[in-house]
Amino acid sequence: MSKKSSAPAKQPAAPETGAAAMAHSHARQAAINAKLGNDELIQFYRDMVRIRRFEERCLRSYQQGKIGGFLHLYIGQESVAVGCVSVMNKNDHIITAYRDHGHGLAVGMGMNEMMAENYGKYTGCSKGKGGSMHYFDPSRRFWGGHGIVGGQVPLGTGIAYALKYKGIKGACLAFLGDGAVNQGAVHEAYNLAALWSLPVVFVIENNGYSMGTSQERSSAGIQLAQRAEGYGMAWDVAENGHDIFEVREKVAAALKRAHDECKPTLLEIDTYRYRGHSVADPDTTYREKHEIEDYKKTKDPIMVYEKYLTDEKVLDAGLIKSIDEAARAEAETSAQFAEASPFPTVEDIKKDVYWEIDNPADRKSQGALFFD
Amino acid sequence: MPVLTYREALRHGMSEEIERDPNVVFLGEEVAQFNGAYKISEGMLAKYGPKRIVDTPISEAGFIGLGIGAAMLGLRPVMELMFFSFYTVAFDQIFNNAANIRYMSGGLIHCPIVIRGPANGGTNVGATHSHTPESIAAYHPGIKVVVPSTPADAKGLIKSAIRDNDPVMFMENTILYGEKGEVPDGEHLVPLGKANLLREGKDISIIGHGRAIQMALKSADMLKEKHNINAEILDLRSIRPLDEEAILASVKKTNRALYVEESKPFCSVGSMVACIIQEKAFDYLDAPVRRLTSIDSPAIYSPPLEKIQLPTPDRIYQSALDVLK
Repeated sequence: MSKKSSAPAKQPAAPETGAAAMAHSHARQAAINAKLGNDELIQFYRDMVRIRRFEERCLRSYQQGKIGGFLHLYIGQESVAVGCVSVMNKNDHIITAYRDHGHGLAVGMGMNEMMAENYGKYTGCSKGKGGSMHYFDPSRRFWGGHGIVGGQVPLGTGIAYALKYKGIKGACLAFLGDGAVNQGAVHEAYNLAALWSLPVVFVIENNGYSMGTSQERSSAGIQLAQRAEGYGMAWDVAENGHDIFEVREKVAAALKRAHDECKPTLLEIDTYRYRGHSVADPDTTYREKHEIEDYKKTKDPIMVYEKYLTDEKVLDAGLIKSIDEAARAEAETSAQFAEASPFPTVEDIKKDVYWEIDNPADRKSQGALFFD
Repeated sequence: MPVLTYREALRHGMSEEIERDPNVVFLGEEVAQFNGAYKISEGMLAKYGPKRIVDTPISEAGFIGLGIGAAMLGLRPVMELMFFSFYTVAFDQIFNNAANIRYMSGGLIHCPIVIRGPANGGTNVGATHSHTPESIAAYHPGIKVVVPSTPADAKGLIKSAIRDNDPVMFMENTILYGEKGEVPDGEHLVPLGKANLLREGKDISIIGHGRAIQMALKSADMLKEKHNINAEILDLRSIRPLDEEAILASVKKTNRALYVEESKPFCSVGSMVACIIQEKAFDYLDAPVRRLTSIDSPAIYSPPLEKIQLPTPDRIYQSALDVLK
């Protein structure tokens, strides 16, 4: 990723960065952002901080051996999930891949059920059957949490299809990473969405790396979103994905296209992850440490937004501290909740496989569904 | 009772469900304008319109995945695979998404989708188009697998499959599409997991599914004529759920069992059934359980040889005699 160093003095042509850029950006003045009240501005900040503190607590639990398998952290990308979800309407749906903690919290899932899921506990959002990669909350129109790279993209397209079929004015935000764009199923979904004019917004969260392989080493062509042109689909790029206002502006425009014209959009949002693909992976083979440090210094989505809100007198040190402490406490409580919760029982292993096994009074089939 | 072809019976069953439930939608390659590659959906576009009968591009991973997503939101899509063999290009969508979504969401999400099409050999289309993946599909908890062998079952099972709240893989047979039989009018539902006793007998249980079990009726005639052997013929109709009770009841009566199917022998449905019989009815057996399957190689193209590779009434007859030796 190209990095801009902070502007040296006496070079007036140098572009603004950080909070100053945010303050003067076109995105900040866009209709979707211009009338935001302080409560909303602070809520976005709180949501981003909550994601980061939750994930930092997840990392500690993982290092303590409380969480099994993989842990794909979203740290660095918080502005994307919070920004996208903040412009969703009540009939809009969302689906993503396995880096799903940010999306889960953004749609309103609780830290307790999420942490308990990571711990494999029965009180988890999927009763401990899905794990970190497989969060679901259909009551909040959040359809996962999917483990196979790109595999969720046809599902999101199908959700949009069902919305259109039922005559509901809504859309589906289908998230994927830059590492998913070369999967065949993704292109098949693009084609169907454009062919059938479906209200879906494909959101590529481009953090620059497909696991440990940079975009340059995995994807031909320049702009991933531009591939939409082959399907006659609208596309756009949010180059400053760390800027929540830009994320909101771009996603709102795509959602408007879905709602008003029932058409899909391929939206690419540039972002960056600080941790490895999963925390079990070595993070030293494919990028230099200074690349991460540079991003943190200039583009950290929380830092930049915090500075901006402080400059605007929306936040002050006291409020920042109280939001941070509350988020840490909430995350700590969730770890305690998870720790204290029971594991599923052996009997639970065979539940939630077939509807009629769990609903014997309504069972219509006969015969054995399980085999020892 | 009206006499219909297997093809017409399927069409009647699907049409009734489309009329009954506005959430039922039928998608697949060439199902609408073209009237279906095998004419299952002939006339349905004209009758139900393009919202309910939908042509898809050749894009199985895409449109099967789309159907799964739509099912998660409450539609009941019926997806036609022109050949069931094309399930291979949608494998991830079917077995990672449809099969697992209820489980991984802790029971929060349903996936009432039907994936149907012909899964058979014998039509000289080579190995890529002749897969019989009953056991591969049934291997996956969360999936149901249905294989009708008669017109009446084709109608009764497709209706039940569409009403089922879990993904059902519904495997038909192009060679059976033109077979005729009596089919009840209107509300005819065959429950999944209920075997059909095609013929009662006392000397040997010939158990199986699909076209092979229909062939076994001819073999049973030969056994009766030539050796006065009374074979019992049991058509499982559905592989998962599996009617263990009917299998064991028959074996306990005849004390001998032969499983017949078009699939390859390794890890086949017959392997599973043989295992269940030896686990649960070992003491009743007077002979080892045998299986009669396709000859274990990819499907051969050469027309006369493909006939031999698949089960035939003669081979089933011979295998039954081996069990009775």
